[in-house]
Order: sequence, then structure tokens, then C-alpha cells
Amino acid sequence: MVDLVIIGGGPAGLAAACKAWESGLRDILILERDKELGGILNQCIHNGFGLHRFGEQLTGPEYAGRFIAMLKNTGVKVQLDTMVLEVTPDKKVHCVSKEYGYQIIEAKSIVLGMGCRERTRGAIGTPGTRPAGVYTAGAAQRYVNMEGYLVGRRVLILGSGDIGLIMARRMTLEGAKVLACVEVMPYSGGLTRNIVQCLNDFDIPLYLSHTIVDIQGKNRVEKAIVAEIGPDRKPIPGTEMEFDVDTILLSVGLIPENELTKQAGIEMDPRTKGAIVYENMETSIPGVFACGNVVQVHDLVDFVSGESELAGAAAASYVQNGPVAEGRVLTVRPGADLGYTLPQRIRLEGVEKSTNVSFRVRRICGRSTILVKSGDTVIARFKRDRLAPGEMEHIALPRVLLDRAPVDEVTIEIEEA
Amino acid sequence: MYDIAIIGCGVIGAAAAYALSRYDNRVVILEAENDVADCTTKANSAILHAGYDPAPGTRMARLNVRGVALAKEICAKLDVSYKQCGSLVLALDEKELPHLQHLFENGTANGVPGMKILSREETLAMEPSLSEKVCGALWAPSAAIVNPWEYALAMTEVAVRNGVELRRSCKVTDAEAIEGGYRLTVPGGTVETRCVINAAGIWADKVHSMVEPANFRIIPTRGEYYLLDKSEGTRVSHVIFQCPNALGKGVLVAPTVHGNLLVGPNAEPVEGNDTSCTSSGLEFVKTTAQRSVPSINFGESIRSFAGVRANLDVDDFIIGEEPEAPGWIDLAGMKSPGLSAAPAVAEEAVAILQQRGVLGAEKADYKDGRRHIRFKELSAEEKAALVREQPAYGRVICRCETITEGEILAALHSEVPATTIDGVKRRAGAGMGRCQGGFCGPRVLELISRELGIDPLDILQDKNGSNVLVSETKVGGKSNG
Repeated sequence: MVDLVIIGGGPAGLAAACKAWESGLRDILILERDKELGGILNQCIHNGFGLHRFGEQLTGPEYAGRFIAMLKNTGVKVQLDTMVLEVTPDKKVHCVSKEYGYQIIEAKSIVLGMGCRERTRGAIGTPGTRPAGVYTAGAAQRYVNMEGYLVGRRVLILGSGDIGLIMARRMTLEGAKVLACVEVMPYSGGLTRNIVQCLNDFDIPLYLSHTIVDIQGKNRVEKAIVAEIGPDRKPIPGTEMEFDVDTILLSVGLIPENELTKQAGIEMDPRTKGAIVYENMETSIPGVFACGNVVQVHDLVDFVSGESELAGAAAASYVQNGPVAEGRVLTVRPGADLGYTLPQRIRLEGVEKSTNVSFRVRRICGRSTILVKSGDTVIARFKRDRLAPGEMEHIALPRVLLDRAPVDEVTIEIEEA
Repeated sequence: MYDIAIIGCGVIGAAAAYALSRYDNRVVILEAENDVADCTTKANSAILHAGYDPAPGTRMARLNVRGVALAKEICAKLDVSYKQCGSLVLALDEKELPHLQHLFENGTANGVPGMKILSREETLAMEPSLSEKVCGALWAPSAAIVNPWEYALAMTEVAVRNGVELRRSCKVTDAEAIEGGYRLTVPGGTVETRCVINAAGIWADKVHSMVEPANFRIIPTRGEYYLLDKSEGTRVSHVIFQCPNALGKGVLVAPTVHGNLLVGPNAEPVEGNDTSCTSSGLEFVKTTAQRSVPSINFGESIRSFAGVRANLDVDDFIIGEEPEAPGWIDLAGMKSPGLSAAPAVAEEAVAILQQRGVLGAEKADYKDGRRHIRFKELSAEEKAALVREQPAYGRVICRCETITEGEILAALHSEVPATTIDGVKRRAGAGMGRCQGGFCGPRVLELISRELGIDPLDILQDKNGSNVLVSETKVGGKSNG
């Protein structure tokens, strides 16, 4: 019986492991499917990581390296090249690897840190032929940064998610011509700094409220037809533009990778497409925690680390002290302008001084007040100059205010000035 | 000189090759594409129809019913994914009930076993997700779902194992009659053969007209589909058809042998193998399917695709010897139920060759059967034993479908080896899942390169010209090791 099994050795799993060790847990095992620790950070060779966490700009591998170095000073065990096939509700982890064969590991606690995957062309149903040359931005990034191959010479980026923006710059630096970035929404899905540094600095146009209406080419992409999208979200006839490209990179969203979670019977949130979690990242199965992109898609790895440390500490506490004491539970609900909130539930007994709530808005808001309401009572307010769907928002709710909630439900709303 | 040249290795050519490989003959398959099952066979409804649709007395009726019975045996013998889940034709309106009766009578005349007309209540009890509007249904328990490309591939593999020669990327561009047979022009030379089986699918009329003007015309007809994630895979548990109505033949909703949900097709005549999808076509498929099963969540779509079927200007299959070209046998116009009928169609070809005295003796050392290891379908104990024996099965390459390195190595070294990323997908299933190869694509490419000694820059997604990579980066891939 292992105290803590961590599924995934990316930024979430690394931070959870370090924190659980620091909290006094000694029997910790990370299961990582790749041949090295670090997860997706290994292919993110650009900088911009770590500003919040370390106060300096690091590349992805450097950021991962800091945590791997910390891990080396612990006794956390790591098993690489190992795929978890199943997690049972009674916390048995089935996994397989070349080296260790088929294993069934019993755990006292589990941290789920499987990350996310990219949405594909199939998910968005782009019409046209299905030639080679249509890749998710992350797959192209892997070919370029890890394998040393270029996937195309003339490129159109569909979607303005951060990986797509980063790849616009990366492909340009490698000598490819990036003709445009096309975004179906009226606003970008990525961070403002990436729009500036990856598109504007290279004179790559961004077409908002546009999409690809046709992909042409028999064996390899030859053309992409782009059209403007009307308020009814349908292409406007007559606005078509033709791009001679051999490659289309998709950056159309990320989906948490939750097959193991669902299989284990853990309660899911259709909004985050991740597990419903309590204030300490615990899922509906006691002793099973989830953190990082598997529970909500983050913009910045710095916040993944923070969230995962919370989960790591909570897993340690679960093993050492048992479950969080019973008591009042508040349900957190997103108001009309919010896509989701995380956590979805707060156990007041689990909150010492305050608890963080993160969320995303569904539209761009100017100067606004974030209202935390319980029934008709506003229990907290937070001012913001701007809120955007591409940037995750965080608020800290003090226990004293939560105690004052008149009903067992809090709703987070936006009041635009 | 070959005894028999089969033009085309879709399911019909494959079934013919499999049937003929039992006999002591020199047989060659000439496939235009770089892989087998790479046209109609890889993109269709993946259904073995019970056989109540074709008019009694047609070849289609006879061969459909015989074909699905043979398919069941072949799939068991060759370890092809197959599930006899049965089908329901829905009446979504009182006015459609007589059509069910008509199909029932057709089916009875065609010898379809076990059919029954169900009441509204019986239908909804079998399929609770169906529309409230359902008034009744025709139940046909012999209908099945199958993995169509594996079916063709498996038959080809056994044929190759037993001495049939397979040439891929070998398009026949001309044919002429010579003394005692035919001379076929192929890339880089000619092939001489006593007999020809024309199983060229949507190109069968053009291939036929290389020797004699064809008295039939193929009308390539495109059908567009949605493939949905496994989270939608249990939405229905039988193949759900609609009655034809003013809006057209209707679309089907069916589980797949891989556990996904398949929805489609529409029907639109196109030029050649035009498999592009259109927003209007997909919209039609979606709204029409929702008439049967309103709750389908199309947000769970993982792929839309289209296939082209070889519709014909006459309402039956074309099977037989061309009167003006002795030894030239057409197996053409294999529209639906072509997949269902395939092994029975092959029997017809064998019978014709037997009559002509071409067929050799049955091979004494014939090696039938096939085993396909599907790691994820094994029990925990079986998985453990397999990995102990062959550690490559312990490394998962495709995480969506849990496909291991061992399965990919098997695909790359099989009797009809994969050489492309999609070739691996069709054999092992890597890249079939919800991330559509985004994660495993680079890893599969690496394995192809390593195992077959192909430069990564030359590795194809699918057809010739579909290179995945265009160059090394400035720092370089190969030099980078």
C-alpha cells in the first residue's frame, strides 16, 4: 500500500509530489507515461514561464527543471514510461510498462494530474477534404521542438489559443510563412502578451470573427478558404478569402484528459469537463485529488503549480489526519457571465483563513466588480479593470465572509461599470 | 503468366483473393492505392445488412443474405471485429407503417431470418433513446456491425500468406486482349494474365472500358458521416434506420465495433473519389439523424468524413463474364449492400472461373485463420502475461485507444504491412480516438521510421503525396538524433 500515487509527472504532478513530501508524507510514487518528467513543458521552449512563481522568465524545460531539481532532494519514487489504465473507486491503480509489466498498486491517496489534450478538427467539424497538413498546434510544436522537423512552409493558424500564437512565431522563426491567424470569436482566446509578441511583432494578421469554411487539397493541404462570421455564428457569403497554404495549425481549445476520472466514477462538471472538486482539490471520492489542467485548463503554469501544491498538501493531510471534518458545505455557482468556477464546493471546515476561487468570464468585460452573492446578500466584492475569457481570474474568499453566507450557495457575478 | 489478376483490393477484391487463395493458381492483386481497403471500403456505414432491402429475385437480394451469413463465419475465423447487434427500421409516422410491412415481405422472400414487426412500446423498450414519434419498427436480428477495413485486410493477409501476390501503388492504366488472356499496363511494366477480375470499385466502368465498352456506368455517390466519441457510443445499441421519405433515404445511427457512434450518410453524386465534407451535407446528416434519436450530442463528434460508393445506373450488382472478352469477370456496382455481400460475390467469381476450367486443385497445405491481439480487450491477467512474454505490449503509444507498441509492431510486420500513419491506424487502431492522432502521430511516425527504415521526411499520412513533414528545422532532426 502506497501513501500517495500521483498520476502524471508534468507540472501538476511534480508540484503535488514536492508539497506532499514537504508536508511529511514519505511513501510517494509518480507514474509518468513519457520517458522523462516535465510533461508538455518539455516542448515549450519559449520563455514566459515562472514570472509569478519565481519572479523571472524561464523556458518550459527550465521551469520543469526547477521542480525536478526539488524532487531530486526528496525520496519521491518515479516510474517513467508507465501508462495508467484504470483507477478503481477503492483506489487501486492499474498500470503497465515495458519494465515493470502490469501492476496493480494500492494507494491510500491519489492525485490525478493527467493534463489535457487539444481539440481537433473533428471536434469543430471544419468542412473540406482531409489531406495531410492539418495538425493541432501542440503536435506541430512537438515535431518542431522535440523531433527537429518542420510540418509546413505556408501556414494558417485556426484559433487564437496560446499554443497557436506561440507556434505562429515559432514557425516564422524556422523560416515558414505564417499568413494569418483566424479566430471564430470576436476576441482572442490567448493571452494579450502572446498576441503582441507572437503576431504583432511579426506582422501576422489576426482575423477575429472569421473561420475556415473549406479546406482544399487532395493529399496535402493546398488552400484554405476563410470567411467572416456573422452574429448568427454562420459564415457571411461574399466575405471569403483564399489562402494558399500547405499547412493548417489548430489552436481551438483544450479538453481535460479525464478518461480515468470518469471510469473511476468521480463526479464531473460539464462546464470544466473536469472533476468537481472541494476547496482542497479533493474529488467526490475521498482521498482522490485532481489538479492542473486535468481539472481546469490554465493559461499559466505558475497557477498549476500553486493549485497542485494545495492538492499535494491535502493528500498528505488525508493520509496523516484523515478526511476533512464534516460541517457546512457551500456550493459555488457561476453567474451568467462566467463559464465556470473552481472549486465547485467549499467545505467550511476545510478553509483555514481563506480559499481561492478561480473562474473564466464568457465575454470581455471592462471595469467591473466581481460580486460574490449568497442568496440576495453580497458577501464580497472585488474590483477589476478588465476581464477576458483568455485570462483566468482568481479571487480569495476569507473564511469569515464565507461563514456569513445566509444560504448554502454562493454565486459569482460580474457587474460591469 | 498469371492465372488471375484481381484489379482492386477493396473488400470485393479482398474477398475474391481470399476465396481464390485456396486453389493452386497464380493470382495477383493490383491495387492503385498504396494500401488495401483505401477507398469505399474504409469509409462507409460499416454495416452488414440483414437483406430485406433488395427486391426479391435480384442478385443483391440473394448475395446479401448469403454474404452476411458467410461474413459471420469469416470474421470469427479471421478475428475481425464484428458484432451481430441487429437492426431496427423505424416508422416515425403512421404513414410509414406500410413500408415496414413491405420490407418484412421483401425480407421473407429473400430468406432473412428472425424478422419481426415491433409495436411502438416494444421498439422503445429496446431503444429508449429513440424519438417519441416512433410508431413501430422492423426488427432484423441478423444485421451486424463490422470493422470493414479490417475485414478486407484480414482476407488479404490470409490470401497473401497462401501465395497470392499483392502489388500496391499499382494502378492499371490499360488493358488489351492477348493470346489466351490479357496484358495489363501497370507502373513500370505490364502484367499478363489468363483471367481478370474487375473489382475496381468506383472506377470499375473505366477499367472495363479498357477492353470493351462498358454497358454499365458507375455513379460515384458521396456519403458524409459524423463519428462520435465513445461517450456517445451507447446512445443506441442496434443499427437504427429510417424509412425513405420525401426528404430522401434517411440516415442511420449505429454503434461501431470500436464503441463509437456513427451517424450518416447523405447521398450526393460526385466526380470520382471526392471525399470532401460540406457544411450543408453534415447539417443534413445531423438534423435527419435527430429525427430518430433526438438526444445525440454532436458536441462529442471526433471526426467527420465522407466515403464514395459505387452506385450504378442499373438497380443490381454487375457480376459476370463480359461476353466480348472471355475470362474478363466484372464484380462491379458494389453499392450497398456490397460490403454485406462480399464473400458471396467472391463465390460467384470462383464459380465462373471453375466453369472456365481455370481453377486449380484445392491446396492441401492451406493456412487459414488469423489472430489480432487487442491489448485493451484482454483481462488484467492476460495483459500481465502478454507483457511478460513481449514487453513491447507494455508501452502504450495511443492513449485514447490504449494501443501498445506491440500492436503497432505487429501492424508494421504483418503479411500486408502498414507503411503509413493511417495504415497503422487501420491495422492497430492508433489515432482512431478522440485526439485523432495528435498525441500518438509523432510516436507512430518514429516507429515506422525505425522499423521500416524510412526517412521521417518520406513518411506518409495516407495516400502517396501526403507527407507529414516537409523539412528538417534549422537545427535539424536527423543530425539532432
